[in-house]
Amino acid sequence: MPTISPSLVFQLTLIAVVFFSLQISAAVLVYFERKISGWAQQRVGPNRVGPLGLLQPLADIVKLIFKEELRPKAADKWLFYLAPVLSATTAFAAFAVIPFGPPTTFFGLLEKPVPLQVADINVAVLVVFAITSMGVYGIVLAGWASNSKYSLLGGLRSAAQMISYELAYGIALASVLVIANTLSLREIVDQQSGVWWLFDVIPVPAWYVFLAPIGFFIFFIAGIAETNRAPFDFPEAEQELVAGYHTEYSSMSFALFFLAEYVNMVVVCGVTVSLFLGGFYMPGLPDWLGPVWFIGKLAVLLFFYIWMRWTLPRYRYDQLMDFGWKRLLPLSIINLLVTAAGVLYWS
Amino acid sequence: MAPWLFYFFATVSVACSLGVVGQRNPMYSVLLLIGLLISLAGLYVGLDSPFVAVTQVVVYAGAIMVLFLFVVMLLNAPREDVAPGAHLPIPGGVKVYGTILSISMAVMLVWALSRLGVVPFVEDPQAAARVESVRDIGVMLFRDHAFSFEVTSILILVAMVGAVVLAKKTV
Repeated sequence: MPTISPSLVFQLTLIAVVFFSLQISAAVLVYFERKISGWAQQRVGPNRVGPLGLLQPLADIVKLIFKEELRPKAADKWLFYLAPVLSATTAFAAFAVIPFGPPTTFFGLLEKPVPLQVADINVAVLVVFAITSMGVYGIVLAGWASNSKYSLLGGLRSAAQMISYELAYGIALASVLVIANTLSLREIVDQQSGVWWLFDVIPVPAWYVFLAPIGFFIFFIAGIAETNRAPFDFPEAEQELVAGYHTEYSSMSFALFFLAEYVNMVVVCGVTVSLFLGGFYMPGLPDWLGPVWFIGKLAVLLFFYIWMRWTLPRYRYDQLMDFGWKRLLPLSIINLLVTAAGVLYWS
Repeated sequence: MAPWLFYFFATVSVACSLGVVGQRNPMYSVLLLIGLLISLAGLYVGLDSPFVAVTQVVVYAGAIMVLFLFVVMLLNAPREDVAPGAHLPIPGGVKVYGTILSISMAVMLVWALSRLGVVPFVEDPQAAARVESVRDIGVMLFRDHAFSFEVTSILILVAMVGAVVLAKKTV
């Protein structure tokens, strides 16, 4: 019988911890989404279930589990159930390459320090990109397999939107890759650990957001469009499409789409934090608390997502396409050229 | 790469490609093609070129197949149209020639494969050093093969212009 190495046990534990944290983060996000929407509309928000309504997400989950699972008669049986699974799987898988803490021995528990990251791949940035580009199939298939016009329109819109914004997203990403000169997320984060001195007096964290502010701006906007959040939430525009691609879904298959949406938000924010905001490093503060800084930065970005949803009205569909192709894409190409020229000049 | 991983991805890719051509529903064909492209990416990972593998998924499985799916959905073709005259009995001569041709194809394939013989798996000790291949690919594409690279892009541009001209009645 082969001996079980501590690092294998650690790896499996890490996978389990990340998996469950992502699920819990989705529940927490749902709670805050409802609370913040309440505050934005001068309401209280959920406050009945548990203290301060904290158990509301739990009640929601229990409700969803006990709902009846319905499938329209004309729906494609296999693809109808494949779609939510595909959505949720890709959302979770993408988080695997995001580093959320420095190498640690867990206070001497392990012999060698191990990085807090499920998989350290040297093309990690592209892996995230590849897995998110697979995520669109879940939505498109749901739209097609439901055999309903609202779902189909939602799925088509989602596909068109994701293709349009993936270009700007990828090119904004490339501007960081040009500066960092690597494709590994861990190396990119490590390069942002120090402090720059502006005019030799003002300390500035060595984050790439200060080197590529336009890239950050484009990446953030395209990220919102990629996760189908307001003001770009066309695939599920309630007033026009009932609920878009998941109109026909009920019970847990609906819950999987819901889960995927929130986990996708966490993943996109996690990538943004790693690429532009120094990942798990906070200058001047101890590194071993890395996961805390990482979650803190994540929370700030996620708050922006929710805040924006309840502040900005939805775009029109043609405005969305115009904005993606005629504004964001040219801007990101110019930004990439300028960044590349800057890197050539100063290095 | 562990041999069983190679056999796994090889089996999946062959099964998927058989499914693509044997499928009546174009939607399933597209999905099986995506499965084929992803298992090919798995084979590339086994050949120590993660960059090529990920690019394969991003470009082919991610971008190009979405367009395929888009077209299938917009046309909403539930299944392949039966060609006119397909229900007529197939003439005897066609059957004979078809059988002869397919048997000779199979014989040729088996003969060609048997000439290759069984190649054992060889672990490459320098593989780890070559993993950082992005720079090599860039240098090769834009320095050594710059001409063919540019010619290929012009070829694709010509194809695009051609498609637009064909699709539009009046240019």
